[in-house]
Amino acid sequence: MSVEVRIPTILRTFTGGEKAVHGDGATLQEVLDDIDTRNPGLKERIVESETLRRFVNVYVNDEDVRFSGGLKAPTADGDVVVVLPAVAGG
Amino acid sequence: MTRAIAPSVTAVLKIAREHVDAMIAHARDDHPDEACGVIVGPEGSDVPTRLVRMINAERSPTFFRFDPQEQFALYKEMSAAGEEIVVVYHSHTATEAYPSRTDISLASEPQAHYVIVSTAESGASQWVRSAYAPSASSMVRSRRKRSTSRNRPSEANRWQE
Repeated sequence: MSVEVRIPTILRTFTGGEKAVHGDGATLQEVLDDIDTRNPGLKERIVESETLRRFVNVYVNDEDVRFSGGLKAPTADGDVVVVLPAVAGG
Repeated sequence: MTRAIAPSVTAVLKIAREHVDAMIAHARDDHPDEACGVIVGPEGSDVPTRLVRMINAERSPTFFRFDPQEQFALYKEMSAAGEEIVVVYHSHTATEAYPSRTDISLASEPQAHYVIVSTAESGASQWVRSAYAPSASSMVRSRRKRSTSRNRPSEANRWQE
């Protein structure tokens, strides 16, 4: 068991085209650190200066992590993390 | 030399009249704030079949952003139905239907076409299919990169909001 992280199309260049990757960790931060060891560069597209990038949305089990601790949001085996680039513009 | 992206360069995006009318109606409804939404379709089809109005969480005349919770609900709907975003649309309420720098830098759906509706001229909405697409430099090279636009590149520096 581990945490499943669903990857948006635009970041699949970091996962060899895979729609989802798996990682271990008790927090979102740890999971991202873990998957970055096998998919180098992926974390940097999601995190900047130890905080979530402004135009990336991350959800743990349907909950926007901005309301549940950000990178410190707890994760457990079987959880699903969804990464969605914000749809935005001017 | 034939490039790998050639097939999609020759492909033409078709948007149903009712969807065009619905995008324009949405833009008018939300004027002077920017309106935004999507037309989704079967994954890989490049055929837009279902229009979904999205909330502009910014409620701004110069910026739009999908509400993160609503966007997640859309994601789940699309995943369950085997759909993806085919068209992302938004409105410009004080300027022409031409992608701003912000539009270009934040575009992050490589499979999508980006449509802008302008309500700048009251009662004379216009729409164009724009050519902006996610940057190839950082991530995925978009097969929409070479889409045509009737806009002139020399005007690019005029649109900054």
